[in-house]
Formats: sequence, C-alpha cells, structure tokens
Amino acid sequence: MLEENEPEWLSEEVKTGTTILAIEFADGVVLGSDSRVSAGASVVNRVMNKLSPLHDKIYCALSGSAADAQTIAEVVNYQLDVHSMEIGEDPQVRSAANLVRNISYKYKEELSAHLIVAGWDRREGGQVFATLNGLLTRQPFAIGGSGSSYVYGFVDAEYRRGMSKEECQKFVVNTLSLAMNRDGSSGGVAYLVTIDEHNTEEKVILGNDLPTFYDQ
Amino acid sequence: MERRCLDAQFKGVSTGVSKNNYVSSKTINKVIQVHDRIFCCMAGSLADAQAVLKAAKFHLSFHSVQMESQPQVIAAASVLKDLCYKNKDELQAGFITAGWDRKKGPQIYVVSLGGMLISQQVTIGGSGSTYIYGYVDAKYRPDMSREECLQFATNALALAMGRDNVSGGVAHLVVITESGAEHIVVPGNKLPKFNDE
Repeated sequence: MLEENEPEWLSEEVKTGTTILAIEFADGVVLGSDSRVSAGASVVNRVMNKLSPLHDKIYCALSGSAADAQTIAEVVNYQLDVHSMEIGEDPQVRSAANLVRNISYKYKEELSAHLIVAGWDRREGGQVFATLNGLLTRQPFAIGGSGSSYVYGFVDAEYRRGMSKEECQKFVVNTLSLAMNRDGSSGGVAYLVTIDEHNTEEKVILGNDLPTFYDQ
Repeated sequence: MERRCLDAQFKGVSTGVSKNNYVSSKTINKVIQVHDRIFCCMAGSLADAQAVLKAAKFHLSFHSVQMESQPQVIAAASVLKDLCYKNKDELQAGFITAGWDRKKGPQIYVVSLGGMLISQQVTIGGSGSTYIYGYVDAKYRPDMSREECLQFATNALALAMGRDNVSGGVAHLVVITESGAEHIVVPGNKLPKFNDE
C-alpha cells in the first residue's frame, strides 16, 4: 500500500508571524517590517515584503493571516483607486485607513489580520493609523504583529516627539532588530519605507547589517 | 496569578497578585530572602512558590550548618531546582535566585517551570517580562555602575508595569553586594514615567 503523509506545513495556515511598525515624523512617516512568513513551525517565505502600497503615498503593513491581510490590502488598493478618481486628487491617509477599518470591522469574525496604515497627504502631513480588530485610531506610532509584544517596553522608553527622519528610521530598525531576535515568528531581513512630500523610498536591510546588541 | 521580576545582580519585582481578573493584593513582596546574601524572586503560582521557598530555606540553613560556612548562591539555586524538577507535575513555580558569595562573587541563576537551571548576567521573568525583552536587550550593558543598574531595573519594571495589566502596585528592589543587602521600595507614583502617561 502506498502511503504518503504530506508534510505538516501544507495543512497549517500560513501566517505572517511578524513585527510591523509605523511612526510619523514632522513631514512624513516611516514604516518597517520583518520578512518571515511561517506555516506552523516552517518558514515558507523568508523574504516577504509586508509593506504593501495602497496608493502612491499611502502604505500599509500586514500582519496576522497572510491570505487575509493580502486580500484586504488588494481590495482597499482597488477601492482607493476608484475613490481617488472620483475626487480627482490624491486620497487622504484617513480615507485609506477607513476603508481598511470598514473591512476589518465588518468581517471581524472571519478575518484574522491586523493592518497598520500610514502615509502622507497634503492636508495633515504624515499620519499613522492602527486598525486592530476594526477600530480606527490615529497614533504617533503603532506596532503590531507577534513580535511587537517584546518591544512595547523599548518603544515606550525610546519614543520621543519631534524626531527627525533619520532618527525615526534608526528607531524603526532598532525596534525591528530587537523583536526579530526574540520572536520566533519574525526574522529574515528588514524592509523600510519612508514616505514624505517629495518621494517614497523603499529600502531593504539584510540580516547581517541589522544592529546587534550585547548578547550577540 | 502572575507577576514580573527582573534581575541583574539586583533584584526587582512588582507587587500585584491577581486571580482571574480580581487583584487580590497590591502589596505582596515577591523578593524573599533565603539567606544573608541570597534572595529569590517568585514567579507563577505564588502559593506553590511560597511553599517551595519555605522548604528551600530549611534545606539551605541545614546545608550551611553542615558546611560551616555561608552557602553558595548556586547551592540555593540547586535546592530550588531539585524541588521544582522532582515535583514538576504538581508545581507551577519558577524562580530567579541572585546573591553574592565569596567564591564567585555576584551571580544570578534562573530556575524555570520544569526545573531547568541556568546562569545568566541579566534575566527577566513573569507575565510582564514579554513586554520588556526588547528594552532589556537594547539597554543592558555588562559594565554598569550600581546607580546605572538601579535606574535600568527601575525603568524596566516601570515599563512592564505600564503595559501588563496583572503587574503593578509597588516596585521592590534589592541590591546585594559583599557588604550586605539593601531593600529599596519604590511606590507606583514615584516610578519613572514614559511617553504614554
């Protein structure tokens, strides 16, 4: 009798274990994420970019179930395109966050994903919105994903108002690095997106270029 | 019942004790002295931890009489580890043991839930500890002075108490050196505040 047991990870749900964060500064926002996608104990993608564009100057960071998060991002991308054509100009970050929140709230029983929406618009400059479980709240910075538990203390201690763009980028990279070291579901490389009035810059920081701490 | 504890040749604990969602005490001291220069932090079920510590204190003082000298820190940790390992099915208690002895100076040992014993330079435990792994990894340096260490421990406790809903109340810190042990208590309102408050 030919009996083949398929590997466990084929039947496990694919989750973006994850550490994601977004922080606003005077003229824009910085978003950061790790790159590990796990199915149970297997890493099925070690270089996934979890920072997904919703519009030219609005990005979202994905966490939770990979399928749910990606689908929400794609649907909102489409809805924002239609919306921006209707109003004839670039959409506000708040509009994008609302669209994400509406889906998260309406389908909260079926979906299990948390998206952080951040971007720049002409009216309010850089903004970060958290949409966990269907709420909508604007925050100076937001962290999410399984790795975020380990860095609540660090971000509480290190965040200061009025940081410059470079300080924000350093803050994001340090936070990601700390979380990736402690959380088994986060790891790989760090992706950074910096959005301001003039441009949207995507950057990758490879594992060995990440900051190290006393025990490494 | 959950609480948190941090150790770096210092011991610091917060004092909240809760059962389900009721906080049964805001002022329990979870740093227990088991010998002149050896202290233990309790974690997990406090009833189990207290019972284990009581037995350990007895074993340790007997051991110290037999050896005719101050017990080593590792002796205290081993006693706890034996109790936790042999009764692992019934107990739910973990400990951080820290102290000073003449042979190896200041040391810290962690006894985890199942009875594993390891030595570390800095360690955190309890429910609130998850929130400060990042902070401790980032801010700990092996060459800090006493004041820097004290500030580091206080900050870490304050951050964890700010995020963990079952940690809180008062912060207890104990500084153990060759010359003795000093107990410092920091009430909640005197703890350092961070941006979110």
